[in-house]
Amino acid sequence: MDYQFHWNTVFQKMPEMLEGAFVTLHVSILSMLIGIVIAVFLAIVKMNQIKPFSYISSVWIEISRNTPALFQIYMAYFGLGAFGIHLSPYVAVLSALIFVNAGYLAETFRGGFQSIPKTQYSASKSLGMTNFQSYWYIILPQMFRRIYHPMTNQFVWSILMSSLGILVGMSELSGETQRLQSLSFRTLEFFMVAAVMYYIITKFVLISASLISRRLFKGEI
Amino acid sequence: MINIQNVHKSFGDLEVLKGINLEVKKGEVLSIIGGSGSGKSTLLYCINAIEKINAGKITVDDIDVHDKATNQDKLRQKLGMVFQQWNSFPHLTVLENVALAPRIVKKMSKDEAIEIGEKELTHVGLGDKFDVYPTKMSGGQQQRLAIARALAMRPDYMLFDEITSALDPELVGEVLDTLRVLREDGMTMICVTHEIAFAREVSDNIAFFHEGIIEEMGSPDQVISNPQKETTQKFLSKVLS
Repeated sequence: MDYQFHWNTVFQKMPEMLEGAFVTLHVSILSMLIGIVIAVFLAIVKMNQIKPFSYISSVWIEISRNTPALFQIYMAYFGLGAFGIHLSPYVAVLSALIFVNAGYLAETFRGGFQSIPKTQYSASKSLGMTNFQSYWYIILPQMFRRIYHPMTNQFVWSILMSSLGILVGMSELSGETQRLQSLSFRTLEFFMVAAVMYYIITKFVLISASLISRRLFKGEI
Repeated sequence: MINIQNVHKSFGDLEVLKGINLEVKKGEVLSIIGGSGSGKSTLLYCINAIEKINAGKITVDDIDVHDKATNQDKLRQKLGMVFQQWNSFPHLTVLENVALAPRIVKKMSKDEAIEIGEKELTHVGLGDKFDVYPTKMSGGQQQRLAIARALAMRPDYMLFDEITSALDPELVGEVLDTLRVLREDGMTMICVTHEIAFAREVSDNIAFFHEGIIEEMGSPDQVISNPQKETTQKFLSKVLS
């Protein structure tokens, strides 16, 4: 047990680590934004039973929620590759994360919407509000409160899962860490620093989300 | 005037209203009593077009409620409604609950809407609760908030759907007192209620609903004190005992 820590090697490579962290953030933010748009569509067609889209939505939600993210990244990178569709590692990981985020968020949105009592809608209609006004002022703000924290969790999940990019040679934080440690053999140091960076990023996201929610949501549900 | 002519309403195979005829003039108070499932609440939902009807006609100030050409959102501004479950908007303060619809539906300025909101809340005894969130209040207070919210739209008619049924007994009084104030103000009201004593006190007319028809209708003295039909007598003896 006389392992010698060599932190200097890691610190010298800090700029490259930070670049990796930037890619991690980049891919997870993008996967959330696109995932949210698709999730809204999946949830709406499923709730309103708009065929044939509702079938697509159900299959999407089932597969994305019940198979490992690893499998989805492999399918996007190697699976599509077998059919001659060659995605870059970045696009493959991004697509897989979008696929999962959309599936999970669709269920979150659907649950959030259904948790608002129908009587809230009747009450707003009885005040003379149009359909749009009822949704915009009454239903959606309440729904947003309920899906806010699940959405934050999904974002954190995306950040952490993007580390699977390491498997297809993507240069996000884990991929960069892998590359740098293989050049210097300071495996433990590099991955320890990477872990701390992941921790700081997710903590930052969670704390900001909680501060924002305190400003946004003053009433109680 | 609210005029209801031979209204039929079914949910699937179940016919809930089997030909209802009613008239409520400006300034009158009509109470509707009857057992659960008799169609009382359904009629209210049909009057303000939350539910469609299958046959017949309902007019409010000569506007055909269920006509395709009728702007129902605009019509509902005439008809304030308060529900059994008070349905306060939990994400808005008490004052915002009341001021929202005047602002966005009637396009009032923010100041005007707030002024009306404060006035109506004071009217129902919630003058000290403007900035509170409704979930912090009792059921009785939330029900009074719902009344103020409906009044802020300056409706010509108020529809009350069993508004004391979900309240703890000790909170019923304050809500009924609020209705008495409205009665004094000359508001036209239709109250679906289980509070027979209250109905007798404030109503010009009482209608007893039984299995989708009006079994008996008349002044409180007629219907409550001297019911002619056996079903009415049975119902009253059950609820008054």
